[in-house]
Amino acid sequence: MLGLHKKDFNLLLIVVVLAMLAPFILNPFPENSGLAQFNAGYPDLMQKFVIFGIFAIGFNILFGLTGYLSFGHAAFLGIGSYSCVWMFKLLGYSVVPGILLSIVTSGIFAWLIGIISLRRSGIYFSILTLAFAQMSFALCYSVLSNPKFNLTNGETGLQVYNNDPQYFRGEGSPNVPHFFGMEMNATHKMELGGWLFQFNTGYYLCAVIMVLAFYLSIRIFRSPFGMMLRAIKSNNTRMNYTGLNARPYTLAAFVISGMYAGLAGGLLSAVDPLAGAERMQWTASGEVVLMTILGGAGTLIGPVLGSGLIKYFENIFSKINDNVLHSWFSFMPDGIEDLMVTLIHPFVGKGWHLTLGVLFMLIVIFLPGGLVEGGQRIKRLISGKKAADETEDEATQSTPAE
Amino acid sequence: MDAIILQILNGLDKGSAYALIALGLTLIFGTLGVVNFAHGALFMIGAFCAVTLSKIFSLSYEVIDESQTDFLGNPLKVQTPYVEAWFGPETGAALIDWSVPLAILFSIPIMITIGFIMERGLIKHFYKRPHADQILVTFGLAIVLQEIIKYYYGANPIPTPAPDVFRGSYDFSAMLGFEPNSVIYPVWRLIYFAFSALIIGAVFAFLQFTTFGMVVRAGMADRETVGLLGINIDKRFTIMFGIAAAVAGLAGVMYAPINAPNYHMGMDFLVLSFVVVVVGGMGSLPGAVAAGFLLGILESFASTTWATTTIPGINQIIIYLVAIIILLTRPRGLMGKKGVMEE
Repeated sequence: MLGLHKKDFNLLLIVVVLAMLAPFILNPFPENSGLAQFNAGYPDLMQKFVIFGIFAIGFNILFGLTGYLSFGHAAFLGIGSYSCVWMFKLLGYSVVPGILLSIVTSGIFAWLIGIISLRRSGIYFSILTLAFAQMSFALCYSVLSNPKFNLTNGETGLQVYNNDPQYFRGEGSPNVPHFFGMEMNATHKMELGGWLFQFNTGYYLCAVIMVLAFYLSIRIFRSPFGMMLRAIKSNNTRMNYTGLNARPYTLAAFVISGMYAGLAGGLLSAVDPLAGAERMQWTASGEVVLMTILGGAGTLIGPVLGSGLIKYFENIFSKINDNVLHSWFSFMPDGIEDLMVTLIHPFVGKGWHLTLGVLFMLIVIFLPGGLVEGGQRIKRLISGKKAADETEDEATQSTPAE
Repeated sequence: MDAIILQILNGLDKGSAYALIALGLTLIFGTLGVVNFAHGALFMIGAFCAVTLSKIFSLSYEVIDESQTDFLGNPLKVQTPYVEAWFGPETGAALIDWSVPLAILFSIPIMITIGFIMERGLIKHFYKRPHADQILVTFGLAIVLQEIIKYYYGANPIPTPAPDVFRGSYDFSAMLGFEPNSVIYPVWRLIYFAFSALIIGAVFAFLQFTTFGMVVRAGMADRETVGLLGINIDKRFTIMFGIAAAVAGLAGVMYAPINAPNYHMGMDFLVLSFVVVVVGGMGSLPGAVAAGFLLGILESFASTTWATTTIPGINQIIIYLVAIIILLTRPRGLMGKKGVMEE
């Protein structure tokens, strides 16, 4: 259905169901129970799940299919965010033109950067994209915020002010980002027994777009174009010898993934109309690489899984403090309890980045194929089948090209 | 003319840091073929060696001095560093004052050990893996090292002053025949330049004039053949990794008085050092050094008021622009050799 194989369609269906029922699934614990801190079903976090999901899906089209490791993808995210906020400032708070423009501008930038960076491959490509991203960061952070020509508003971040023109702002339209009158931050709350479920307009808009983005990525993966990209990854030299110029294909993949990043950036601004340069910093680029790797580069569902997990754990880990730890280990004898708390303390709360770094290393060292590969290994262990039985998902596993 | 000389001098200290880090990166890349994203973290750890030593020296105990009173009228509490108590006040004070240069001695064994552990414990397992995996694992390691330092030392920069005698500035004008006060330059930065020149010279001499260095160079050119001759090249490459780590560490130690060390200084330098390596030519040691100084000086010229008023923000992006132009016109970098890191 929808031009998909049955297996892919089922995958899409799972993603649709998960995305639509997320407010229920992510809130499994009653509001006033001790476990409520593991709930993730509130709008901010759910929006992040799907938006970074889009970002990672896009990154996967480049890295997973062609094997080109871009270390500067956050630049497109930032460009998307800025364009969207500019549309809010100029036209009004409707999110549609903002998101469209963010896709277009990031596509243009991706094309420009792609033309130059894709002349080299392997490590040079990574360093070139990193250099471009750092350059964009420097530009947005300081250069483009001079009083004469203030495009990015520097450190404060670009935001909408009351005296902005907003030429197409309708009379009765809301004073916050809205989708045809539906306010993005409107949340419908539903209480069922001890549970509290929140349904947020912004989340659902992002979720629908994420599902569309996911569908598109399946189509790209299964298309002749996707096949070509995979061929480039597995042996670029041979592609050249067969008389095929690989660059238009890689450039197309780069632009598409840049547009995905721009879309994610635009949505970030749509749910919270504030764009800052820190979104473009190379740590942000590193994060999307990690999301993709964690889930499984080159697999369809991997990036979505990875981004969800990372954003979830980022949120949960940052919330845990010493008191929480003490209450967890209170069943142990005092000495051991203190020891456990001291051991775990550096990894939680403000130490989330340490956990992230360790996780990153562990994944790259032991599970280069990410969680999807891990799942397949477990499945194989249970069913006792040989690796040869695994289908094409296996073939698309990450062995990034040089 | 004097302005030009001043800008060149200004560029030298940053250029020295770039050159030292890029030298280490190239050493690792040339010998082991690994792209080390954690090299900036090594630079940062070096700087924190200086911080640690100065903290150790200023560890002190409290004595209550009955003869003096503080402003509340209570007996004055005097902090006396242990080193002053042990070695006498003068030696002690001198030790504290000279903690940064002394940290050089302190940091070398630490950095070499860290280098060995990194190579044997982690990077060894990544020789056969794709470059992307090497980048990612060292990137993860860089985050981990950075966060560990942040955990123990906090997120704020820790000022680590140079010894008193080097703290001032030196007026070059008389020496060069300009107006007085036209070319003034901090003494410590000059020392940093001299120091890095020394280190670079030492590394080159080591590779050029010792048997060990000869074997390493042979290994860089053709690892397999050297192995077939019955030489344990892996062991030597591990030692080279240790040396590269020490070079980065020393660059960091001496940089501590110029910029107060904070946990992310390594990353700030790393990105630029990569650009330097690429501009210089991957795998070329002289290229890395030359490009380091070149880009450092270029950056300082771009920071002049004249340049920033002509093209606003040029100082922020000049290095990247130059790198992009060079990579497009000379894809192997300034001094890159054929066959290194081609696809």
